[in-house]
Amino acid sequence: MTGSREGMLAAVRRSLDRREPADVAAATVAARLAQPKASVIPARGSVRGEAAAAQFIFEAERVNATTERIAGLDEVPPRVRAYLQAANLPSAVKAAPDPDLAEIPWAQEPLLQVSAGKAGDHDPVSFTGSFAGIAETGTLMLLSGPESPTTLNFLPDVHIAFLFADRVVGSYEEAWARLRAQRGAGVMPRAVNWITGPSRTADIEQTLLLGAHGPRRLHIIIVGRSDAGG
Amino acid sequence: MDSTAHSFVENAHRALHDAKLQQSLGRFKAGFPVKRRLAIDRMPEFDALSQAAREIKDHTLAHLDLYLERYTEKAEANGTHVHWCADAEAARQAIVQICRDAGARTVAKGKSMIGEEIGVNEFLEKEGFRPVETDLGEYIIQLRHEPPSHIIAPAVHLSKDQVADAFRTHHRNYPEARPLEEPEVLLAEARAVLRQEFLAAEVGITGANLLIAETGSFVLVTNEGNGDLTQTLPRVQIVIASIEKVVPTLEDATTILRVLARSATGQDMSVYTTFSTGPKRAEDLDGPAELHVLLLDNGRSQMLGNEFREMLRCIRCGACINHCPIYAAVGGHAYGWVYSGPMGAVLIPNLIGMEEAGNLPNASTLCGRCEEVCPMQIPLPRMLRQLRERQHAARQSPAAYRYGLSGWAFLARRPALYRWAMAIGVGVLGRLGRLRRNGGRFRSLPFAGGWTGSRDLPAPQGGTFQQQWSARRGRRA
Repeated sequence: MTGSREGMLAAVRRSLDRREPADVAAATVAARLAQPKASVIPARGSVRGEAAAAQFIFEAERVNATTERIAGLDEVPPRVRAYLQAANLPSAVKAAPDPDLAEIPWAQEPLLQVSAGKAGDHDPVSFTGSFAGIAETGTLMLLSGPESPTTLNFLPDVHIAFLFADRVVGSYEEAWARLRAQRGAGVMPRAVNWITGPSRTADIEQTLLLGAHGPRRLHIIIVGRSDAGG
Repeated sequence: MDSTAHSFVENAHRALHDAKLQQSLGRFKAGFPVKRRLAIDRMPEFDALSQAAREIKDHTLAHLDLYLERYTEKAEANGTHVHWCADAEAARQAIVQICRDAGARTVAKGKSMIGEEIGVNEFLEKEGFRPVETDLGEYIIQLRHEPPSHIIAPAVHLSKDQVADAFRTHHRNYPEARPLEEPEVLLAEARAVLRQEFLAAEVGITGANLLIAETGSFVLVTNEGNGDLTQTLPRVQIVIASIEKVVPTLEDATTILRVLARSATGQDMSVYTTFSTGPKRAEDLDGPAELHVLLLDNGRSQMLGNEFREMLRCIRCGACINHCPIYAAVGGHAYGWVYSGPMGAVLIPNLIGMEEAGNLPNASTLCGRCEEVCPMQIPLPRMLRQLRERQHAARQSPAAYRYGLSGWAFLARRPALYRWAMAIGVGVLGRLGRLRRNGGRFRSLPFAGGWTGSRDLPAPQGGTFQQQWSARRGRRA
């Protein structure tokens, strides 16, 4: 549809009636895109290390997520079993095929049925890793990919997310910087999901209800400590 | 969507006498403004963020052609099909073509105001498809064949028993006599019904809160997670975005997201904020195989070149609506088209014309709260005044109003005559008011029915303002 594209751009340019010479405008835009700049980072987003981990937990719980901290990966299976049992939830877990999680000794908990893959309609519980935790608002950041199918974040009733403490950053901007450092400038996974608490709606008489279409519960297990200076 | 904006006055009258609606609006007034206040109190940098967000949009709008080109280039490099749609008809045709090519029957929809603007549901139905709204509020009003009454809370005008009635009528697979009093039960039923629709849909349609030129991504914000299921499960995904949604970088999007939810629902961040870039990759286990983004103009490029350019900064948070005394009195349906409140009163006449919607800018007390709470600092009252001037100049306002205004203007430009006329008027009214049968107030007066219809008019006492001013030589009493 080249015709409509050129027509629409021409209409925009007519209205803009820019005084700036075309090459100056193009250079302004190119510079802004080449060097993405943060504007205002709130004090709440400037925390580091253990202070960031503590604030992440505070903010996540404020929006109805639950959290727990553990020392190492070997503690994951018993904690997951205990969490599901305490809440009277099924013990079938669909886990992300994430190499970060490969060392989790699931076999220690024979009562947990753990399988790897994407989520289907009948998977009650998902278990995923996290690319980052953002302390400012208690937000998890997950990246899609073969090791982290997006359906795990949305279809099951319960989402258990696993987060290394040293992946907690203060602000969203730090998370973007980490992503660019890992993948290159302007390179994005198919989906970046910021998740701030479990699904909710207030569409019926403004009554807040959890679990509209996405998970009714979000449980975050934070592993280790953050050494990145307090 | 067909407009009834031309009959705003009748719509408003009906709304004021609708007891159920008034009850719902009573609940509404107490909700959003308080939550917004609390969220902003927790964010001391809010004003600085708002200023930064405004500057981002001003910069982008001033270079909109260049950012649209860059967005398109990046999106296409990621495998996105970008469709340029000058108007609603072009967008509808593109959508129907994509649905046909996909062999679709069920089309899952995320809430999209642009979708409402182009009337996509009616059109899809006419063409033999089955569009299903998945946002709970949108789903409820779709069952009731109603338009949304608020851009972020589309069913805010309804009570839970009206929702229960709609479910009883439409969910035929459930026992007739089941209890449906509790909101939790209503939600559980909607979740179960809609889950099957998500899984059945061949095509998903959502809007976009932002487009990012740096990466060719679109951003979608929801609390329910319906937007993500809509854009993950169906094989083909369509995004409808108007051209002013583009921003330069991920950081720019982040700044705007920091003010969006706080202004809208009083959350620090909505539950799900998703940055999507292209269709499913070869090695991915899920995601849509095809991604189509429609860039819609539909009147925006025109606003870019006139005194309403700043309206294009709008991020659809609804703060102006939540703080508008007129909206709180009559609700969203009275405005007669997709948008409502102050942003609607500015947008609607710009998008569908003064002839149809010229009266909406009069639905404002110009109290200024909308501009105060707007995170993008849009001068809504100024724009409402400009639209009123346009209506007056085009002789589209009621004749009695125009003559009245011309009469007043004639007097106001002649100070001596004005003082003389006012002194006579105030003197006569004052003397009449002091008659015993009036008791200092008038129950009705010729030409003042609009005032005395609902309250008494106190009789003037002690001369005109100017007489009192000169008697006291400007000193306070």
